[in-house]
Amino acid sequence: MNGISGTGILAQLLEVVLALAAAPLLLGWVDQWRARLQNRAAPPLTQPYRVLRKLFHKESVVADSASPLFRLAPYVMFGCMTLACAIVPTISTDLPLATAADAIALVGLFALARTFLALAAMDIGTAFGTMGARREMLIGFLAEPALLMSLFCTSLITHSTSLANMVETVVHRPYVLEPSLAFAGIAFTIVSLAENARVPVDNPATHLELTMIHEALILEYSGRHLAMMEWAASLKLFAYSCIGLALFFPWGIAEIDSPLVMLVAVPMLVFKLAIGGVSLALIETASAKMRIFRVPEFLATAFLLAVIGLLVHQLLEA
Amino acid sequence: MIHIDWILIIVAGWLTLGIWALFVLKHMQFIARRLFPLGALLGLALAGVALDATFSTPEVAELVIGLPGLPFHLRLDPLSAFFLVVIGAGAFGTSMFSAGYFRTGEGTPPGLLCLEYHVFLAAMAMVALADDGYAFMVMWETMALASFFLVTANHRVAAVRKAAYLYLLVAHVGAIAILLCFGVLQANTGDYTFANLRAQQLGPLWSSIAFGFAVFGFGAKAGLVPLHVWLPEAHPAAPSPVSALMSAVMLKTAIYGLLRVAFDLLHGGQWWWGEVLLGLGLASALLGVVFSTVQTEMKRLLAYSSIENIGLIVTGLGLALIFRAYGMSTLAALALSAALVHVLAHAFFKSLLFLGTGAVLHATGERNLGKLGGLIRSMPWVAWLVLVGVLAGSGLPPMAGFVSEWLLLQSFLFTTVLPNSFLDMLIPLVAAAVALVVALAGYAMVKFFGVVFLGQPREEKLLRAHDATGFERIGLAWFAVGSLALGLFPVPVIDLVDRVTQRLVGSGLAQTVHANGWLLLAPTGVERASYSPVAFLGGVAAGTFLGLLIARRLYRGTLRRAPPWACGYAGGTARMQDTAEGFGQPIRQIFEPFFRLERDLPSPFDARPHYRVLIEDRIWHGVYLPIGRLVDLAARGVGLLQQGRISIYLLYSFVTLIVMLMLVRL
Repeated sequence: MNGISGTGILAQLLEVVLALAAAPLLLGWVDQWRARLQNRAAPPLTQPYRVLRKLFHKESVVADSASPLFRLAPYVMFGCMTLACAIVPTISTDLPLATAADAIALVGLFALARTFLALAAMDIGTAFGTMGARREMLIGFLAEPALLMSLFCTSLITHSTSLANMVETVVHRPYVLEPSLAFAGIAFTIVSLAENARVPVDNPATHLELTMIHEALILEYSGRHLAMMEWAASLKLFAYSCIGLALFFPWGIAEIDSPLVMLVAVPMLVFKLAIGGVSLALIETASAKMRIFRVPEFLATAFLLAVIGLLVHQLLEA
Repeated sequence: MIHIDWILIIVAGWLTLGIWALFVLKHMQFIARRLFPLGALLGLALAGVALDATFSTPEVAELVIGLPGLPFHLRLDPLSAFFLVVIGAGAFGTSMFSAGYFRTGEGTPPGLLCLEYHVFLAAMAMVALADDGYAFMVMWETMALASFFLVTANHRVAAVRKAAYLYLLVAHVGAIAILLCFGVLQANTGDYTFANLRAQQLGPLWSSIAFGFAVFGFGAKAGLVPLHVWLPEAHPAAPSPVSALMSAVMLKTAIYGLLRVAFDLLHGGQWWWGEVLLGLGLASALLGVVFSTVQTEMKRLLAYSSIENIGLIVTGLGLALIFRAYGMSTLAALALSAALVHVLAHAFFKSLLFLGTGAVLHATGERNLGKLGGLIRSMPWVAWLVLVGVLAGSGLPPMAGFVSEWLLLQSFLFTTVLPNSFLDMLIPLVAAAVALVVALAGYAMVKFFGVVFLGQPREEKLLRAHDATGFERIGLAWFAVGSLALGLFPVPVIDLVDRVTQRLVGSGLAQTVHANGWLLLAPTGVERASYSPVAFLGGVAAGTFLGLLIARRLYRGTLRRAPPWACGYAGGTARMQDTAEGFGQPIRQIFEPFFRLERDLPSPFDARPHYRVLIEDRIWHGVYLPIGRLVDLAARGVGLLQQGRISIYLLYSFVTLIVMLMLVRL
């Protein structure tokens, strides 16, 4: 942990490159399974890359009234999500950047990205943009404390908020069933669905005016700005999946400073992400999209579950 | 003795500036361009001297003014010095902004305003210096009166007079409680010096009574629930620099008083005191933030946000009291540090936001969120600087507000070791509430910035809004840079705060923090938790730059400007954006029990549909109005005695005399 080692830097770089390259793939995988489960012809696995390529070749149309904030926001989003992927221990816990931000700062990082996204959507001043911003902030203010509380459940068990340390402790601990972690895991899943604009909170495939949330936010973007937004969204899904897998299914993450162990860690991560993607597609297929006014109840459930997890830990496990 | 003398010279300098202004009562140019910047420099000097004094030994002085044989005792210890830093830093930016802000023809003549303003600054500095109950009360009252007159600057408006009256009332009820608190503390010795108050060993009952008075008195000034009602009235009524000073600095003098009484004069006390503060703090934070999200007036929104921030600070104090009562000095230092860092952070970002509303108000003449919008295009300076304050106010990394939030959440997380199982159960719930408050603060801040500065202008005249002038920009930039710098370099801030926590709870974070270098904040060891704002910002910036680079390398298209897409709907107008009411609607629905709603909904057959919604505080209707009616009733009862006829009054005297004589006989 102490000091920056060569393998640490290597692992850090590998993580970022892996995230940037593989995040659209994860999205493609989920979309493919969604299509299969819904008896549709599945798009190829590389569909998100094709979308990105298409967008990078299209004209970027920016509204007349857009301020510099609007044009800056996609890159800030991208930057925030890249950093998020860099500090989540996916293949190794020996990361130089892991000390820069702990679990609380990670939640802050997502909030920072959300704030920029909402502000950029309000910048043009269309009805859809402000509506999207309002809904995004509504989901955000409910999801953020729930996310924080579910991470705190793990923090209380591991006596740390540093993500690398939390993962290490969870791996090394003798196998005991912790009911609080189960609560936290469910809460985390709900929050992930909401934060990544998935069914039942939002539908990533919709452009129906009255129901869209994430799509309403990025409605005015096109060309390279939209490409960055889409890429950032896939990075966000990747980061959330990796946090969930690292905290609740941490096996297979390299801790020893050795490139060889990392070689084992990468296939393990791919395997876990593949399973995670299928279950996400399963959840999305099995549930229907909620009315927007039901979402607060849904997220409040997550919040309560996480708090119950904390209390259960205090009562039974402390 | 050097620091305290310098501070007294600065205070005297402020008073001189104020009196000087009386001789040039109507010379707006001279007062604004000369006197206010001079006062600002004095503020900067105060911050510098106080910063140095924080790291020095305590100093005392006596001022032979006031009553004969009753001099003002003054003392400069790390606690006072820390708050003097806040006052000085706040005064510098606000005075600089004021130099470009005040205009002629706004109620009070400029010279008088300048006098009131500088007396206000001087009184706040002296409150932090006072070392006996007498000096403290005199300065406290001077502060209250000076700020009252500042609030009434636009005294021709009836609503302003009403707001100022409410402020004066609450301030005085609070002052009486503080006076009673000192009365209990001196324990019949008749000596009101803080040294004597500190030496008294009160029983648990009397010390709790003193603590109760202190919480009531200082809570009234700080705006703790249910004594918060004056804040959302007085802040919009006052000129913006005054609102900035009151919200960012004056509320902190109440925190200072609470710290002085609870931690210093009463030595911490019992654990349930901490619970009281925790409860009051959380209630204020939650109520403040929920109300701030539904406001439609920008300064009211910020006023409620101040209630929220004071609530968070008091929550930290409460936690520190609990830890102190159980002898856990390191954890107490952690919680207290969180509160003190937030005092500093809030002073910077809230000043910035209030001054920003001032600039908007002058440029547009509008304070109603429903009539603003799109100002980032006509006022880029104000907008981008205020954005820094908005991010800090939302508690987002790497800004100032996040450091305190982070420390506060850390102190909750390491609470698993309390010997009281009830408290152990309570702490996670409190942590959850704090997390909710911080997330909601983000909602309020996005609403504030988005509705005022982004989108399309909701009124024609907003297109012609002018940006902030030179002095105003200096003031705004000072607070913006401060909000960022405090967030980026928390370790020097911890050094400063450490001096105070060492004094109050006998422990500090500086040593453990320094073990990891000055860029990494790890108050309890790097393996437990760490946060490095510089690396964080560097990471985000590097990622953003990487994104720009990728886009530049891969992009093959061109950039074109066009009308907004809006799903192909071409008839969109500025009126179709979310209004402030619209943006707050989800919160209004979720937290409906908090509000007292009055709604007029148009029916489908209205020829002139009119929608009106009035959101009021239940506490105002549930507590204040009944008390007001009770006072009215009592006054009418007493009024029966007054018949206005001389014979009746002679009869009263006669009866009194008889009763007296009988008492003497007995």
